[in-house]
Amino acid sequence: MTINFFDNDLTSLHEQLINKDITAVDLAQSTLDNIDKTDDKLNAFITTNPEEALVQAKKIDEQSDFTNILSGLPVALKDNLATNGIQTTGASRILENFKPVYDATVVDKLNTVGAISVGKTNMDEFAMGGSTETSYYKTTTNAWDQTKVPGGSSGGSAAAVAGGLVPFALGSDTGGSIRQPAAFNGIVGLKPTYGRVSRWGLFAMASSLDQVGPFTRTVKDNALVLNTIAGFDAKDSTSSTREVPDFTSKLTGDVKGLKIAVPKEYFGEGIDPKVAKTVKAAIAQLEALGAIVDEVSLPHTKYGVAAYYIIMSSEASSNLQRYDGVRYGFRADDVKNLEDLYIKTRSEGFGDEVKRRIMLGTFSLSAGAYDAFFKKAAKIRTLLIEDFNKVFADYDVIVGPTAPTVAYGLGEEIDDPTAMYLADVLTIPVNLAGLPGLSVNAGFVDGLPVGLQIIGKPFDEATVYQTGYAFEQASRLFEQLPDIAKQY
Amino acid sequence: MATGNFETTIGLEVHVEMQTNSKLMSPSPVHYGDKPNENTNVIDFGYPGVLPVANKGAIEFGMRAALALHATVSPFIRWDRKNYFYPDNPKAYQTTQSQTPLGTNGYLDVTLPDGNVKRVRIKEMHVEEDAGKNTHGTDGYSYVDLNRQGTPLIEIVSEPDIASPDEAYAYLEQLRQAILFTGISEAKMQEGQMRADVNISIRPFGSSEYGTKVEMKNINSFNYVRNALIFEEKRQAEVLRAGGIIQQETRRYNEPTKSTILMRVKEGADDYRYFPEPDLAPIVIDQSWINKVANELPKSAGERQNEYVSDFGIAAYDAEVLTQTLAMSDFYDATVAAGADAKRAANYLIGDVNAFMNKHQIELQETQLTPEHLAGMIKLIEAGTISTKQAKQVFEAIMVGEDPEAFAKKNGLVQISDPAILLGWITEVLDNNPQSIEDFKGGKDRATGYLIGQLMKMSKGQANPGIMNKMLLEELAKR
Repeated sequence: MTINFFDNDLTSLHEQLINKDITAVDLAQSTLDNIDKTDDKLNAFITTNPEEALVQAKKIDEQSDFTNILSGLPVALKDNLATNGIQTTGASRILENFKPVYDATVVDKLNTVGAISVGKTNMDEFAMGGSTETSYYKTTTNAWDQTKVPGGSSGGSAAAVAGGLVPFALGSDTGGSIRQPAAFNGIVGLKPTYGRVSRWGLFAMASSLDQVGPFTRTVKDNALVLNTIAGFDAKDSTSSTREVPDFTSKLTGDVKGLKIAVPKEYFGEGIDPKVAKTVKAAIAQLEALGAIVDEVSLPHTKYGVAAYYIIMSSEASSNLQRYDGVRYGFRADDVKNLEDLYIKTRSEGFGDEVKRRIMLGTFSLSAGAYDAFFKKAAKIRTLLIEDFNKVFADYDVIVGPTAPTVAYGLGEEIDDPTAMYLADVLTIPVNLAGLPGLSVNAGFVDGLPVGLQIIGKPFDEATVYQTGYAFEQASRLFEQLPDIAKQY
Repeated sequence: MATGNFETTIGLEVHVEMQTNSKLMSPSPVHYGDKPNENTNVIDFGYPGVLPVANKGAIEFGMRAALALHATVSPFIRWDRKNYFYPDNPKAYQTTQSQTPLGTNGYLDVTLPDGNVKRVRIKEMHVEEDAGKNTHGTDGYSYVDLNRQGTPLIEIVSEPDIASPDEAYAYLEQLRQAILFTGISEAKMQEGQMRADVNISIRPFGSSEYGTKVEMKNINSFNYVRNALIFEEKRQAEVLRAGGIIQQETRRYNEPTKSTILMRVKEGADDYRYFPEPDLAPIVIDQSWINKVANELPKSAGERQNEYVSDFGIAAYDAEVLTQTLAMSDFYDATVAAGADAKRAANYLIGDVNAFMNKHQIELQETQLTPEHLAGMIKLIEAGTISTKQAKQVFEAIMVGEDPEAFAKKNGLVQISDPAILLGWITEVLDNNPQSIEDFKGGKDRATGYLIGQLMKMSKGQANPGIMNKMLLEELAKR
């Protein structure tokens, strides 16, 4: 039996499992069939593990314990989440064939409730990029148009969900890497509050910014996944001890009286006018549902990209030093001595974008540059946080576009890093401030999805979901499917 | 200390490994001498995706050291990364505290060889990770052992208050003792648990500016430190007298020649790209936490010596011997607390117990002696239950873990002091030896010796000699 994930949300799949209308094996097999049928077009996966998935699914069916909403459901994992015994590369040559000996905490949580991991999705190398084109392994395409990028860095996870291959997936977001590919693929992606989800087992890019989050086709599905993966982890001392609420608790469709702030800076220079128009229409729809909408200012937004690229690259330059060819992963041949081993391994093992960021970060932390770069960037970060605090004193959520444009063509921007960096302008401040940010589909421009970004107060994912859900239910945009859906 | 027309300035950075149960940032055990890489996990190996979690015990041990050295404990600490590539440093950064040291502005009062006391100021103290160990094999390979990787260190940075190699030696010795008495480390030099980085410069007397300093790293013997400094004082003075200049350089001490060898000239500071460790939350240390640690801090050697002299009447020299190690001092305290006579306990520990440890080349805690057993034996002696001669056998037994009372009983090592029993024996011996009585009355003192011998024989050596002698003389007088 083949199950279509476009027609079934997580709740529906869960009920069918409980009623024994379908089995976990049916679901796993459907996903594997979907991958067979379409992944030559999407190239969403670096690694699949069909045998393990089917064995696991069979086990779940035998146990017949579908207590958790995710029990027996297939999931795709970004390839920077450690999976015990299954190759995890971070899309880098330097980790080719690397098999972790431990699971990331989020993976462990999914395994515990009986979700079935079917494979590891493509991404930008070490999550550095916005198009999934810096991957050492392959080029993933957009679910709506296979000549376009899927966004990034979690492009594989986004394409896998948008293309109907899996009902949900996990990604990671350091400067927009969940929200922007969600926007480009017309699905729902959440970057949780910093500290909401454990980072143990997530291959670090920038430790103070990274968060793991879900990709789903609907807001409710997204909240359900977050319910399972959120919570304090003793192995991650930056994870929060706050209680995890039921994130579906405010999904009523009602936003009457909800106070929405719209920053004027989010509609400034560089924002495609058609994207701006689509997002404004979506905001108008929220207003029509009874929300109170005001324009506000986040004056330091324009410094966000610069501050982000210094802080992120500084932390990344240090985090990526462990890839030295000594203990695991790729090691260059024909080395003369230790220094040569380091230089050759890292020169051959890392791609251009990773090297660029390592150099930028190394420079920003160096003795002569630290004050003017890293320290100044840290001060800007504080100013950005204060900007948000001021707005959140009066408003429940902030909304705007997720990305300045819709998905662009494959190969179009990969050689222009500055343009690529500037495209993160709307998502970066949310990471710098550690806030939750959601992207839901706001509509289409030239047949490609536009993202509506909803930013919340720290640990107030519930209100962010409430807003997204109200819009989603009113617009019912999730019913529009990409052509690739016809493959099934 | 003068060398010709120059005065010497020395600063020391001392690293002490703290003997916590687990490592500073991982749950791997801290234990010396195990098989290579036995005490490691994915965190120590710097695998992708792993995260550090700060060991609260290590912070408390660091606080103990700070309190013992009169330093101010910082109310807020955060961790910093010190970045450098080396195979014994798998993450390629060391987690340390460059911006917010745990302790600042401390001091150690050092008794110098001439008896004067000099205050050496401690600039700062920080907690950081130790590195692993590289061994370069003769087979062309280098071997990396990460057992030590991540062991918590406390680094103690002195101000340049030390003026001679002998002062440096005295400082190190007394710093070691101060650390020992915090209970955070045994500070065994041979196991690398205490290592010193040394800075030395000289300048003409009266000069207001310091000379250029030379650095020597990771010396793990106080004698080597002294020798290295003696050599450097002379070398630098010779260079200056010959009109040369001292370069800022790192040198290495070479024991066979008792000299220092140039390793590299510094052309500016190393750039370790320090920055705040983003994987760890900052830590707030409030006064109640400091108070809790202060309450747990063992008394210093000095405090203990004073107590031994004033409360127990122990000689000052003996008090010093008893406080050579925390283990000995704690053992002594426990023995006295278990009811032993303080002086006798001191004599046994300084004498027989030390001799036993020397003979078997083991530490006190490696023997099977317990304070309760030592106190038990001393109580038997004090009560007259056993003689000091019998005690020798009992001592040998308690050193191998036997209970003194049970052992004495089992082996009949019981002294008989009961006058009724003693009188019976005396009467019998006197009745059987009329000649000895005659000899005694004739003024022959030797006669009592013979009688005592007979009595000891009869009592199988169990008669209390003091009481028996007294009673024998009384009985002799009556005859």
